[in-house]
Amino acid sequence: MENKIQHSDVYAIALHHRFQWEEAQQSYVILFPEGMVKLHGGAGEVIKRLDAKATVAEVVADLKATFPDAEGIEADIIGMFELALEKAWIRKI
Amino acid sequence: MTQTSLGESVVQKVVQAQNNGVAANVTHTQPLWLLAEITYRCPLHCAFCYNPTDYDKHTHNELSTEQWIQVLRDARKLGAIQLGISGGEPLLRDDIEDIVIEAKKLGYYSNLITSGVGLTEKRIQAFKDGGLDHIQLSMHDITEEINNFITNTKTFELKKKVAAMIKNHGYPMVLNVVIHRYNIGHIKEILEMAEALGADYVELANTQYYGWSLVNRNQLMPLKEQIDEAEKITNEFRKKAGNKMKIFFVVPDYFGNRPKKCMNGWGEVFMIVTANGDVLPCHSARVLPNMVFPNVRDSGLEYSWKDSPAFNKYRGDSWMKGPCVTCPEKANDLAGCRCQAFLLTGDAESADPVCSLSPNHHLIEKAIEDSKNPVLASQPIIFRTDKNSKKYASGESTERVEEFHALP
Ligand code: SF4
Ligand code: SF4
Repeated sequence: MENKIQHSDVYAIALHHRFQWEEAQQSYVILFPEGMVKLHGGAGEVIKRLDAKATVAEVVADLKATFPDAEGIEADIIGMFELALEKAWIRKI
Repeated sequence: MTQTSLGESVVQKVVQAQNNGVAANVTHTQPLWLLAEITYRCPLHCAFCYNPTDYDKHTHNELSTEQWIQVLRDARKLGAIQLGISGGEPLLRDDIEDIVIEAKKLGYYSNLITSGVGLTEKRIQAFKDGGLDHIQLSMHDITEEINNFITNTKTFELKKKVAAMIKNHGYPMVLNVVIHRYNIGHIKEILEMAEALGADYVELANTQYYGWSLVNRNQLMPLKEQIDEAEKITNEFRKKAGNKMKIFFVVPDYFGNRPKKCMNGWGEVFMIVTANGDVLPCHSARVLPNMVFPNVRDSGLEYSWKDSPAFNKYRGDSWMKGPCVTCPEKANDLAGCRCQAFLLTGDAESADPVCSLSPNHHLIEKAIEDSKNPVLASQPIIFRTDKNSKKYASGESTERVEEFHALP
């Protein structure tokens, strides 16, 4: 599938999906009809920033600023966008 | 209820929720899914219903609204996030609105699993306002004739109306279709109907044989060739429909060589609370011998999940015997379904007979042969009715259940 992520793209959580922090699991989750996904810390940080306003570039910049010690995270972030789009957890605005 | 998402297909989608069957009662699992089988009363009489054949026993002692709300709170504390409200037909209770409101307050993602009977504009609006997240509707066929036959009710037109109502209220449309001999030839048409109704998710759930469907196994089981064909049609449709409508095809375990990882592992992900308050690791667990299941009237959910002997009994793999105990594949399926093993073989710790490595696999082969036997297959369906259930519960009838090691 062609899932090219552009820096100027804007994303939000997919319709009928809910993203929330789960205290008992100590992780972010995405909930949707028929299933749920527990997200690793990094993945949760990406999805958390998708507010239908921020561009991919802004999300990357914000994550870099928040986690200054993490090296080369841009590729991971873009990878997360690609995965989330492929799984239809997020939608392009 | 129908054999839904509550079964395997959903479970496979729980990412990282399993522990691969390591250490038994030290697994620190959390019940991610709370399934409230809120009533066993139902206006439909589906031939394939997996509710226990003696469900009638549990229709006179249902938990109160307050007790359900306490269940919701306690399960949430243990980590439950997904809530399935099913039955029977949950809409026969008039407190689903209150339960939905509480679920929303607690942060559950809540699902109402319904036949559609009893869903009115007023109620669906109340559910929407209360924060219900989605409604899963069971559909049976594209033909009125088969819908009405298999459910033993005239519900065909109603279901179409309810589907439209669900859509109009901005809910995702989730359709569940149980597949059996009578509708397996209509897969393409069923999928087209789903698309026309604007379905977002369609679950084609091949009948699994528990409860009433086990009693009616010879009447319901399709041929292997029909299943292969249905899967092929589904795959083609999926390619065409793309991501817009997600289609799940739940394969029937009888025709595979390996069992399903039942409930994604005993006491790993699912916690079921039944109409009368029993706490179970799987819907049909009450068929198992020498087990005492906790009940919310006597003990808390934390005890039930973490410490009750019933929930710990088949956790992990330390309880297994041959051929499973030394099997390199045991982490894949955890030896399959305990209820199926006991119902069919009389030994709850044996390998699920669906497995070709099981010494009892011939039982499955025989069941498949029997279903092709015209004499057996032409016996009438025993529908899920209160009358039939009373007969099984009282022992007045043992019709077509003698060969099983417990009342299905
Ligand atoms: S009779 Fe049909 S609608 Fe009622 S609980 Fe059983 S499967 Fe569901
Ligand atoms: S022998 Fe037991 S563990 Fe191995 S595949 Fe069969 S059921 Fe699973």
